[in-house]
Amino acid sequence: MTVATKERVIEFRDALREAMSEEMRVDKRVFLLGEEVAQYNGAYKVSKGMLDEFGPRRFIDTPISESGFSGMAIGAAMRGLRPIVEFMSWSFSLVAADPILNNAPKMLYMSGGQFGCPIVFRGNDGAGGQLASTHSWCVESLYANVPGLKMAIPYDAYDAKGLLKTAIRDDNPVFFLESERLLSTKGHVPEEEYTIEFGKALIRREGTDCTIISFGRPLHFCLEAAEELAKEGISCEVVDGRTIRPLDIETMITSVKKTNACVVVDQSWPFASVGSEIASQIHRYCFDDLDNHVHRVHSDDVPTPYAYNLEQAYLPNSHKICEAVRSATYNI
Amino acid sequence: MLNMAEIDTTETTPPLTQKRAKAPLPDSPILLGWLRQMMLIREFEVRTMQAYQNRQIGGFCHIYIGQEAVAVGSIAAVNPDDPVVLAYRDHGHALARGMDPKYCMAEMFGKIGGCAKGKGGSMHMFDAEHYLYGGHGIVGAQTPLGTGLAFATKYEDEVIGEGKSDKVTLCYLGDGAINQGAFYEAMNLAGLFDIPVIFVLENNRYSMGTAIERGTTMAHALHAKSEAHGIEHAIVDGKNVMNMYQDFKPIADWCREESRPFFVEAQTYRYKGHSMSDPRKYRTKMEEEMEEQDDCIASLSTFLQEHHDVEPDAIKQLGRQVKSQVRQAVEWSNQSPETPLDELYTDVYTDVWGPFKGTSKPEMLQDENE
Repeated sequence: MTVATKERVIEFRDALREAMSEEMRVDKRVFLLGEEVAQYNGAYKVSKGMLDEFGPRRFIDTPISESGFSGMAIGAAMRGLRPIVEFMSWSFSLVAADPILNNAPKMLYMSGGQFGCPIVFRGNDGAGGQLASTHSWCVESLYANVPGLKMAIPYDAYDAKGLLKTAIRDDNPVFFLESERLLSTKGHVPEEEYTIEFGKALIRREGTDCTIISFGRPLHFCLEAAEELAKEGISCEVVDGRTIRPLDIETMITSVKKTNACVVVDQSWPFASVGSEIASQIHRYCFDDLDNHVHRVHSDDVPTPYAYNLEQAYLPNSHKICEAVRSATYNI
Repeated sequence: MLNMAEIDTTETTPPLTQKRAKAPLPDSPILLGWLRQMMLIREFEVRTMQAYQNRQIGGFCHIYIGQEAVAVGSIAAVNPDDPVVLAYRDHGHALARGMDPKYCMAEMFGKIGGCAKGKGGSMHMFDAEHYLYGGHGIVGAQTPLGTGLAFATKYEDEVIGEGKSDKVTLCYLGDGAINQGAFYEAMNLAGLFDIPVIFVLENNRYSMGTAIERGTTMAHALHAKSEAHGIEHAIVDGKNVMNMYQDFKPIADWCREESRPFFVEAQTYRYKGHSMSDPRKYRTKMEEEMEEQDDCIASLSTFLQEHHDVEPDAIKQLGRQVKSQVRQAVEWSNQSPETPLDELYTDVYTDVWGPFKGTSKPEMLQDENE
């Protein structure tokens, strides 16, 4: 576990803001642009007050023009600036698919190593709450397929700050996926400077009977499920992958070799997903260690519904995770 | 003026069809240099077509013959460190910008000596030493990038350097790109944020096989496209390098000085097909012959002989020089080793992790650093 040297508790959104502010203070190449980030103080108040400190030249309100401003930021990154692009929602990044998938992650390769793209795209990913299918995208599986980009999904305030600082300093494009549902959660964040290395998974709960692997918001349900299952005598180890590219498969393998059972919880759709990729790798590397096939919990394979009961039925939750763990460990 | 609130909307409508005095023509050595560049590009493209037919070049390959005056005249009007970004018909601009033809040819041959180590091919010419930020294969995709390059130069000069913006970015596009949404978003942002980028439309009248009037509204009045974004527009003669330069230079100077975007429509014609596989059934032989009579190389050559007493032999000598230079580029490309399989996993990320091996610069840059 991470060690907070001072017991300072702040919100997830404050941690994101601190990461950006600290990096902007030390590096003038860093600037932020996006919809409603400056004068409006951010649609989700992540960037509240930053305009006052950094001014309109480094804190830029854009029109609703994701393709245009994403491409513009990539052009700026090719010259060595380090833009942070805020998508109000990753759902809106789909209209910027060409720049963010065709330009940013491929520039270094296509230019034979001449032009990199040190850029961070960040914003809310996943279902917010009855936003229906166009506004509830979990883009991790869709985008993680593309080589050349890195992808981080923070679960708590500590990771939000540490991973975002690493993302801003990275010389490659980083897709940083936050969850609206986590922005108000609070956690210990030390005053002191720290960063979190990409590709280092975190064991959020130790256990002996089943490994549960997840990223971001669903970890909340994984930990809830682990608590519930503990009452039944099933001991779960919860692994927070933290980054999808790079993926710390080693930590996951080590855990599964210990527990001999594995459930992957991925809030995106099941087909050709981060969950299916991890399950495939676990099957490959832990073939002789597994007592059962890897079980997976995803959102259902349908567009995200609006109705509250349907949306709840559609999303991963602790009940579904408990069922999967019971099945994976033959405790049905 | 990056904050929308600071923009006085009355100021975002500039006087839109200003007449600008032509720049004076440079002396004959410079003109001869332009002639040589255009001849080099043409010879290069002839040999490119041969190599393509010999299957030494694969993929899509777009030939610039006929349009040489646009690249040469406009690039002559800016500074060597002004950023340039291109669409996929990009060999001519790369050479006009100063890339050694051997690196350009070797790139198409898919060899390690190529400007991008054979990873980009015909449509993706990059040259960091010459501030060439790539050819880009998706139609219109380079237009937000061009806006971003110009945003960056201004940010570097004004925010980081705390001085005055003093660069202008050239962003080339074909007439097919004027129907892409990305271009309108790029223009809107450039107009809104006072970004010094020139969108150089090379209007060769056909997007692949679609004549311009079949693909866009207001084909006879393209100024409407940029004026909607408060961006000034000018039509220039893209078939004559002197006209191209003389009209383009004052525009480039104005954009640099005022830190404003511009939309330049260079009227031109591509003599060859859209790509190597195009049989050109959508236009007549007569139209092609008519257009080819007004040729950029022939017109400058005649001008130099009539007004600068350049001997025909001197021009023939230039022809021999560029033939030899391109022949050497082809030989060099033939001899350049195939890109080693090790390169498959380099340049994916700058750092080393998993199967990825970090990054390295192409030979082109290593040479120039010596």
